[in-house]
Amino acid sequence: MGFFIETLFGGLMAGMLYSLVALGFVLIFKASGVFNFAQGAMVLFAALAMARFAEWLPLWLGVSNMLVVNTLAFLIAGAIMFVLAWLIERLVLRHLVNQEGTTLLMATLGITYFLDGMGQTIFGSDIYQLNIGMPKEPVFLFESTFQGGVLINLEDVVAAVIAALLVTFLALFFQKTSTGRALRAVADDHQAAQSVGIPLNRIWVIVWCVAGVVALVAGMIWGSKLGVQFSLSTVALRALPVIILGGLTSVPGAIIGGLIIGVGEKLSEVYLGPFVGGGIEIWFAYMLALVVLMFRPQGLFGEKIIDRV
Amino acid sequence: MFYRENGQFKTSYRQDQQIFSITQDRWAVLAIIAFAVFAVPFLVDEYLLRAILLPFVILALAAVGVNVLVGYCGQISLGSGAFMGMGAYVAYNAMVRVDGMPLIAAILIGGAAATLTGVIFGIPSLRVKGLYLSVATLAAQFFCEWGFLRVPWFTNDNPSGSVSVAGLKVMGWEINSPVEKYLFCLGFLIVFALLAKNLVRSAIGREWMAIRDMDVAASVIGIRPMYAKLTAFAVSSFIVGVAGALWGFVHLGSWEPAAFDINRSFQLLFMVIIGGMGSIMGSMFGAAFIVSLPIFLNQFLPVLGDWLGFSVSTALISHTEFMVFGALIIWFLIVEPHGLARLWSVGKQKMRLWPFPH
Repeated sequence: MGFFIETLFGGLMAGMLYSLVALGFVLIFKASGVFNFAQGAMVLFAALAMARFAEWLPLWLGVSNMLVVNTLAFLIAGAIMFVLAWLIERLVLRHLVNQEGTTLLMATLGITYFLDGMGQTIFGSDIYQLNIGMPKEPVFLFESTFQGGVLINLEDVVAAVIAALLVTFLALFFQKTSTGRALRAVADDHQAAQSVGIPLNRIWVIVWCVAGVVALVAGMIWGSKLGVQFSLSTVALRALPVIILGGLTSVPGAIIGGLIIGVGEKLSEVYLGPFVGGGIEIWFAYMLALVVLMFRPQGLFGEKIIDRV
Repeated sequence: MFYRENGQFKTSYRQDQQIFSITQDRWAVLAIIAFAVFAVPFLVDEYLLRAILLPFVILALAAVGVNVLVGYCGQISLGSGAFMGMGAYVAYNAMVRVDGMPLIAAILIGGAAATLTGVIFGIPSLRVKGLYLSVATLAAQFFCEWGFLRVPWFTNDNPSGSVSVAGLKVMGWEINSPVEKYLFCLGFLIVFALLAKNLVRSAIGREWMAIRDMDVAASVIGIRPMYAKLTAFAVSSFIVGVAGALWGFVHLGSWEPAAFDINRSFQLLFMVIIGGMGSIMGSMFGAAFIVSLPIFLNQFLPVLGDWLGFSVSTALISHTEFMVFGALIIWFLIVEPHGLARLWSVGKQKMRLWPFPH
């Protein structure tokens, strides 16, 4: 029982991280109808920027206080993501308005290649440590209830809390501010939003910016867990079934989908994996999403797709 | 002046329904095929054949297959790499497990296996479409990749998943030199491209296009979406599977599952989009562009670096290659979202009027 709960908990934590990446996808898809394959590359790029600046800043400024350095590095990386969002809107999206979804998808794949290349050209291509002071040591819980207790990674808990905070913040931003309202209007209907005077281009910059910050937070957490390296960009591929499961247009869907996928992956790997040769984590999420799609084509929380001739 | 169809009167239904109904087109296609078969082997050296032309021919074949599905039927697929791999691995098994299996039969069996896989993973297309479908087809990609690595049957019990084929032979003709390999694959490309060209203007091709343009409207006028979509998946993955078998057998010789990973799927989709969706000719343009671009960059960037006075490390070259590739793709999508095939048809229109544009 203790082992089951441990696996379940590990899955929930992993799921929280997936939903963090998935959130970036959903935000951009809602606001601009672009299926942003570059989210993974953005995670990598942001994490690389932060890791490298955290390394360079003490050399340049002579400050050694970790909190100051990390905060500064986070702010600089955030600024870089802002510039990136502006450039993407200016150079790519603006010219592709009204193109088909496939063309936009391919354009984001182009952005992926570009960012992968540029990130490694500027920031180097080794594995970098990103130390943001996360507690590394595991703790035992419920030792009185179960034999041996439940092993929990404190790092995961902190990550999950950060993710939850970010999600709450985003939810408030979308529901309560006027910018958030404009974003939702654009998501509903581009033309209608434009006709009531919402500046589409600025909205797109904002939404890519928000996605950039989400990518930065995701990259920070994943990076401090696994080290900042090229494989971070494949995180996006792990997050795709999450948004399909939760629905492309739903923020809560991304969270709950992430949790389901995280738990499903871990449980299936532990209890099902040994029978079929292991390593099923990679496709299990996709199969799960596929099965859900057969019954609910719009995902669990997506808006109902209505076809009109 | 030369490219005019006026004066070409069709006097029978047969003439009216030819694949290339304009005389000049017919001759041009024949000339291109003749050039590719008879002249190219004498004109280019071995390096060019092995590094560019052979991959181009095989990937063009695969791109034709993907174009049937993506360009004509409008079902975005990111599982093409898996279908290629399925073709290659099953063809390998047919070769290894059956004594005296003819090469072409093995390749076609590989294609048939890919068809089956394609149809199974095409079933979600009956429920979902667009971007949801593209992610659903990724399931095929990851599932098959995993299968090649973990199911011992595919690799004849080789734990690393790598297999190799030697001694390719068709009816006593041994395929060894790059020229022979090129001609062998070119044969497949010509046959399948003509078949595909013919298929997309037949009844079933029109059904695919109707589904692509608007599936609800298509089903209202009596097209069965299930039949149309699944046949598109079947035809597409057959061609892709054959291309995969050729890629493994002829181009690589020995391969691992990584040869058919998700990047292959992206590459094929790039070819279709850049070449032009819904155009057989476009698939070839796209394949030519995507195959030659990295090689060109690889040769060109160090020269450019020298010229500007940088010393360029290999890591920097590969990173810059990524950047330039990505930027070019984006630039291309912005400048000509309908692909190279569109430029081709614009060129043909101009030719019609030339040299008297009024």
